[in-house]
Amino acid sequence: MKLSVLDLAFGYPGKRVGAGVSLALDAGEVMCLLGPNGGGKTTLFKTILGLIPAQGGEVRYGDAPLARMARAAVARVAGYVPQAHTGYFPFSVFDVVLMGRAAHLGPFASPGKRDREIARQALATIGIERLADSVYTRISGGERQMALIARALAQEPRILVMDEPTASLDFGNQVRVLERIRLLARAGLAIVLSTHDPDQAFLVADRVAMLHQGTLVRLGPPAETITPESLKLVYGVDIAVVEIAAGGGKRRVCVPSLG
Amino acid sequence: MNRRPLLAVTAAVLLLLAAVIAAFAIGRYPIAPGDLVALAWAKLTGGAHGLPPTAETVLFQIRGPRVVAALMVGAALAAAGAAYQNLFRNPLVSPDILGVSAGAALGAALGIFLSLDLWWIQGLAFAWGLGAVAAVYLIGQAVKGHDPILVLILAGVVIGALLGSVLALLKYLADPYNQLPAITFWLLGSLAATNLADIATTLAPVLLGLIPLWLLRWRMNLMALGDEEAKALGVNVVRVRLTVIAAATLMTAAVVSISGIVGWIGLLVPHFARLLAGPNFARLLPVSVLLGAAFLLLVDTLARTMARIEVPLGVLTAFIGTPFFIWLLAAARRSWQ
Repeated sequence: MKLSVLDLAFGYPGKRVGAGVSLALDAGEVMCLLGPNGGGKTTLFKTILGLIPAQGGEVRYGDAPLARMARAAVARVAGYVPQAHTGYFPFSVFDVVLMGRAAHLGPFASPGKRDREIARQALATIGIERLADSVYTRISGGERQMALIARALAQEPRILVMDEPTASLDFGNQVRVLERIRLLARAGLAIVLSTHDPDQAFLVADRVAMLHQGTLVRLGPPAETITPESLKLVYGVDIAVVEIAAGGGKRRVCVPSLG
Repeated sequence: MNRRPLLAVTAAVLLLLAAVIAAFAIGRYPIAPGDLVALAWAKLTGGAHGLPPTAETVLFQIRGPRVVAALMVGAALAAAGAAYQNLFRNPLVSPDILGVSAGAALGAALGIFLSLDLWWIQGLAFAWGLGAVAAVYLIGQAVKGHDPILVLILAGVVIGALLGSVLALLKYLADPYNQLPAITFWLLGSLAATNLADIATTLAPVLLGLIPLWLLRWRMNLMALGDEEAKALGVNVVRVRLTVIAAATLMTAAVVSISGIVGWIGLLVPHFARLLAGPNFARLLPVSVLLGAAFLLLVDTLARTMARIEVPLGVLTAFIGTPFFIWLLAAARRSWQ
């Protein structure tokens, strides 16, 4: 399924955050959204998911306009991985993942055997079966992030929207999450994620969107979009982009220099 | 699978049975547990029990309705509290704190003031309770930039104070010989005057509130994630929230109109139920109902036996609830996060 964003304006009542954003995402594709703190990445994601109303323009899932889709219908195609937080009652990780099944169940229904099986598979895909009985509020930030990804997978979505999935993670867990993202994309999911680390875009992204002051200033393959000029524009600091030999091939990395 | 919920339900059922036996047995006219069985058996089979007729009167006419009322009121307040806590993602909210009790109290006092019958008193209690929780919730939504939980609790305090002053005005205006004692006595909370007709009138709205809560038991867990996440998972947040608030407020208002103000149960009991059964609403709700019924029955038994005069229920629950709330503020919130 294709996600299309057409000339989208987004923000909160009385406060326009961004406008004129257009992009499209196909199945199997990974798009990285880069931008500074407070640049509107989360607001854009929430608007794409219909969690806050668009202030202009349109979002389409396949041929269906978001504005005319029921909540459950959106949740069946688009899974959301919010930034990990701890403000829950102490549910088990399995119960949290099982909540991903809500969009497939009626309002008065409880999850059945098949839903439990799907939740278990989601845990296995992310590699955290061992956490199933752990209490969500008592595991580490990295484990919580993995649990939220598993929950989004239990939704069986076609598109995955991930808000800074690596933000609270140590280096090892960052790499593990990026590996999962690539595997999921190969399995046919369309994935859009935001990150603070442009190197991650070089690692996983097919395309990069750079958000600056509410508009997309770059959109395209990482090698073309992540340049010293665009990084200077978006982050306001000098960052060199160099090519290194890695893993039998060449790869670009960002090298900041202190002024 | 976890065995804990099963143990929790078993423990709650045993506690409830013990409370019921104690409530029937203890009092100015003590009845031995063996005699209780004999009386119940005789009633069921229509046979003779060989005990003085006073025992039968005490058991079925005096204690019976009161026990049933205590069970129903305790269960309803605890269920409503559990629902509010999940809905507002906050283990510190309860019908008292959200202003529902204060609103329902004012509505019911208004009913007494206007000499209306029980149906009207319940209706007014419901309308005012709903209005109070709506006001508290809207204030919580409108005031941004603070800890939302704090805003919610403070809004509840403010609305409660406002309703309290209206209530004071009502008492000032009430007929001091007839209405004022009735309102005052009723505000302190008591089950001494309950009769079977009142119970029958109240049971319907209590069940009407309990059924949607039970049907939505799994969705309620998702509501605890917060609006945005629940929406992202496909929940129609507004519809579920309105249903749950209406259901929980209906239950609270219905029982408040027969028992008066009995505070703290909606806060205390769901908390202990959560410690016992975990946060899953499908288990939390039944355990809250059982524990709430048992708790209020024990408190009511205490209220009518601990002194020569009846101790008002609301006074007793406040004595138990206040230190508990302080402890909860100081220690327990951390354990939720």
